Amino acid sequence: MEAVYAVCVGLLTFSGIFLCLRGRTFPVVMGLTLLSYAVNLFLFSSGRLKLDGAAILGTSYTYADPLPQALVLTAIVIGFAMTAFVVILAMRARADLGNDHVDGRLPPQPEIKPRRKKDQA
Amino acid sequence: MNLFWIPLLPLLGTLMPLLTERLGRSACALMTAILPAVSLAMVLSAAPGIFQGETLEQSFSWIPAIGLELAFRLDGLALLFCLLILGIGLLIILYARYYLSAQDSMSRFYAYLILFMTAMVGIVTANNLIQLWLFWELTSISSFLLISFWNHKTEARKGARMALTVTGAGGLALLAGLLLIAHIVGSYDLSVVLASGDTLREHAAYPVALVLVLLGAFTKSAQFPFHFWLPHAMAAPTPVSAYLHSATMVKAGIFLLARFYPVLSGTELWFLTVSLTGLATLLLGAYIALFKHDLKGLLAYSTVSHLGLITLLLGMDTKLAAVAAIFHIINHATFKASLFMAAGIIDHESGSRDMRKLNGLWKYMPHTATLAMVAAASMAGVPLLNGFLSKEMFFAETLHQVSLGSLSWMVPVLATLGGVFSVAYSTRFIHDVFFNGEPIDLPKTPHEPPRYMKIPVEILVGLCLLLGIFPGYIVSGLLSSASSAVLAGQLPEYSLSIWHGFNLPLLMSVIAMLGGLMIYYNRRHLYQFQAQFPETDAKMVFERLVQALVAGATQVHKFFENGSLQRYMILLLTFALILTAGPLMDLNTTAGLRPHLPVGGVELTAAVLLCLSALATVIWHRKRMIALLTLSVVGLIVSIAFARFSAPDLALTQLSVEVVTVILLMLALFFLPQRTPKESSPRRVVRDLAISALIGGIVGTINYAMMTRPLDSISDFFLANSKVGGGGTNVVNVILVDFRGFDTLGEITVLGIAALGIFKLIARMRLFMPAGDENGRPWARDRHPMMLAVISQSLLPLALLVSVYIFLRGHNLPGGGFIAGLVTSVALVQQYVAHGVDWIKERLKLDYQWLIGSGVLIATLTGLGSWLFERPFLTSWFDYFKLPWIGKFELASAMLFDLGVYLTVVGATLLILANLGKLTTNHRPIQPESE
Repeated sequence: MEAVYAVCVGLLTFSGIFLCLRGRTFPVVMGLTLLSYAVNLFLFSSGRLKLDGAAILGTSYTYADPLPQALVLTAIVIGFAMTAFVVILAMRARADLGNDHVDGRLPPQPEIKPRRKKDQA
Repeated sequence: MNLFWIPLLPLLGTLMPLLTERLGRSACALMTAILPAVSLAMVLSAAPGIFQGETLEQSFSWIPAIGLELAFRLDGLALLFCLLILGIGLLIILYARYYLSAQDSMSRFYAYLILFMTAMVGIVTANNLIQLWLFWELTSISSFLLISFWNHKTEARKGARMALTVTGAGGLALLAGLLLIAHIVGSYDLSVVLASGDTLREHAAYPVALVLVLLGAFTKSAQFPFHFWLPHAMAAPTPVSAYLHSATMVKAGIFLLARFYPVLSGTELWFLTVSLTGLATLLLGAYIALFKHDLKGLLAYSTVSHLGLITLLLGMDTKLAAVAAIFHIINHATFKASLFMAAGIIDHESGSRDMRKLNGLWKYMPHTATLAMVAAASMAGVPLLNGFLSKEMFFAETLHQVSLGSLSWMVPVLATLGGVFSVAYSTRFIHDVFFNGEPIDLPKTPHEPPRYMKIPVEILVGLCLLLGIFPGYIVSGLLSSASSAVLAGQLPEYSLSIWHGFNLPLLMSVIAMLGGLMIYYNRRHLYQFQAQFPETDAKMVFERLVQALVAGATQVHKFFENGSLQRYMILLLTFALILTAGPLMDLNTTAGLRPHLPVGGVELTAAVLLCLSALATVIWHRKRMIALLTLSVVGLIVSIAFARFSAPDLALTQLSVEVVTVILLMLALFFLPQRTPKESSPRRVVRDLAISALIGGIVGTINYAMMTRPLDSISDFFLANSKVGGGGTNVVNVILVDFRGFDTLGEITVLGIAALGIFKLIARMRLFMPAGDENGRPWARDRHPMMLAVISQSLLPLALLVSVYIFLRGHNLPGGGFIAGLVTSVALVQQYVAHGVDWIKERLKLDYQWLIGSGVLIATLTGLGSWLFERPFLTSWFDYFKLPWIGKFELASAMLFDLGVYLTVVGATLLILANLGKLTTNHRPIQPESE
């Protein structure tokens, strides 16, 4: 189980970071969201995985570690606030600067050359 | 006597000229002189004791936590330098009173000068390495201010910058050297350092420490190859040149060599480095001085040469050489300061410093000419003057030099050669300026200066004569006490007298005299020879170097900071990769000892779904709407994962946050382009894939390694105290509102601030609003579908009831303020979606800013409430009550706190979403339906 969990966290990190490295704001926001899933899962797992540990006192003999849960709970809420802030910032940048590039200006020349018509045919 | 006052009085004196400027120039000069004079008197009063061999030490606690103290020390060496600094400083104050013109700010000049004096006194009296370095840097800074005093002149600014760069860089090397010494010895205390010479010399790091300290000393004392800054510092007003660049600051490097002589000298490395540097500087300075047409330029290079002589003496392996070095410090200070002052008088009264124009001044200013000639004769080493005595000692010592092995005979020969040039340029100074025909178109007709301007020169020249004729009476006490400080008490036999009989040193002196006169007589041939070489201006070379450095730095800077966020990210991530990958390689096995959980079919399916949707988000990220949908799948599976791994609170939170996040992102997407253009080159995509895959792999590895290792948690405390201390069985909630309540208070404050920031960002945002979706289809005319409106309206009371239930039970069962707040927000947002902003506005009169404010306020007041019961902030209270019909129930102050959390969460979420949503509904363009 641990290996499966770790693979998921690693994949979420990979996806998040790849999207964060894009040049437009919206993919970056999505990347940050994915990255925050990964971070939350990572932090949560620092209490180790328990399949049927009790969250409430008096209901079982083994308890899930409550401390990472409390930390992650606030992290989720704050993460939402930050995502909201970034996405609104991106909108404002689009409104004020006229483009949605992360640098606030479009790169001087496109890195990719437009395909020639011959190729498309 | 309190040694603290010796540097402190001049420091206070820095303010004196600023305060007394309005009283007039003479009064200002007089008042400025008072405090340094008192300080000098204090030093003099301590002199008899020090001549007896005493060493005064005193220390005050400075930063005791790191073992730093203000420590002062007055021994023979410090006494000698204090006398030079304060004594010549007082003469300079008098001289500058007449030198400065009415346009110059006298108070500024004096303030800088006294600041410099403080710094110098601080260096020589310091008994702590760090303190010494601090004053050392202060001399660099104050000399920068003094050189650039005429800051309207470009050469003054450039010269000052060059001096600051060279001496400042040397200062950094010195700091490193001193720290290394302190590390080796184990103390910053100079007395301890001076007593542990053997430890230091035997340590492996000794060569490094020595080279670093020497770098500091050589840059300050303008030793080859760092000599080039000194001639350019002559752009300073002449009193500054006389004070800093002949008598004091450049001697700070010499002082450093002398101060650390007992601990650093005595090795082959010291002798070779110091003596060869000194010898090279001596010859080079003396040679170049001969060709300088500028009066101050000649004196500057002559200073370089004499500093080289002193350095050479300190680098010789005989005790007598050290004594000679100390003696020459005194002599050089007296004759060179007076020469500079005389040059300043000539410049001041004739308007030029060019020796090709200045001729025959004897007729115009005989008094000054006499003084200058005596001083110049002393510089040349003419008998009956003090320069002769130390030069004789120098020549004698070069004969005993053995450190160059079989090549040692070169030292006396080269020293004599230096003496020849020294005589030649001194002769030039005398003959060119005061005789040699008539002056050639000078700006002013030369005349004698004001009476008092000559007094400092007279005093110094008088000293030259007295020292030269009666050396034993005047200086023996000072010399022996200073030398014994340098030699750690082992004073050699020496005799200070003019006549030592016919011997080799006398012969060398005679050769130097005759050779110098001969060279001066045939100077034309030498000038022609020298004219073949292209003249290099050190200033140009230096400026070019500085500009190359700046250009290089700009290049590096531009590489890292080119304004591209993607570049910063990739640099940051690569760095993080390098940092994390290293330690992981040291980890032998990834898996730990903790038993693994079995994998079930449900978990595996969920994991596969999660991975697929995450990858789908990446693959389809340019089709934004689809990517957003796959993203929300990831979020849902994450909340399921929380539920599966025994965290119901987290699952509830994640689920409700997921809902509001997706609504938020969809709203945002309405205003943003629907597609991302393809603009990354394949190369960049591969690079990004590689970096993110590596980091993903590392994070996964760390996570796996962490999860499979046993846990030693502090959570047992929370589990044990949750019920008895916090009155709740839901430990997660008790941690949030009770144990770590202060953190939560901070977090809801951040939430509120973020919401308010968003509110400000949304205000006055002007957005492009598309009339249809990306494929050109127009928006539906039916804005608020009937079915959605009816269902959501009827769901609202139910949803609110659920949120109240979740809120109330939160202390004991999964739930709490955060989750209840989110559920309420989702229910209300649903109404916005179904009915539109205007419909809600009529019915729900809630100001979300007020909601946030009151939430944070309630939480804070709950915390403050515990002060009423004289408990610390946020102490919680709970008790159980019984009511008829209802039964036993619990009341806790934490619930009030949770209410604050609830209100803040509701307020923040709705402030964000409602305001954003409002933008879409105001004036949405509707395309006419195409028939």
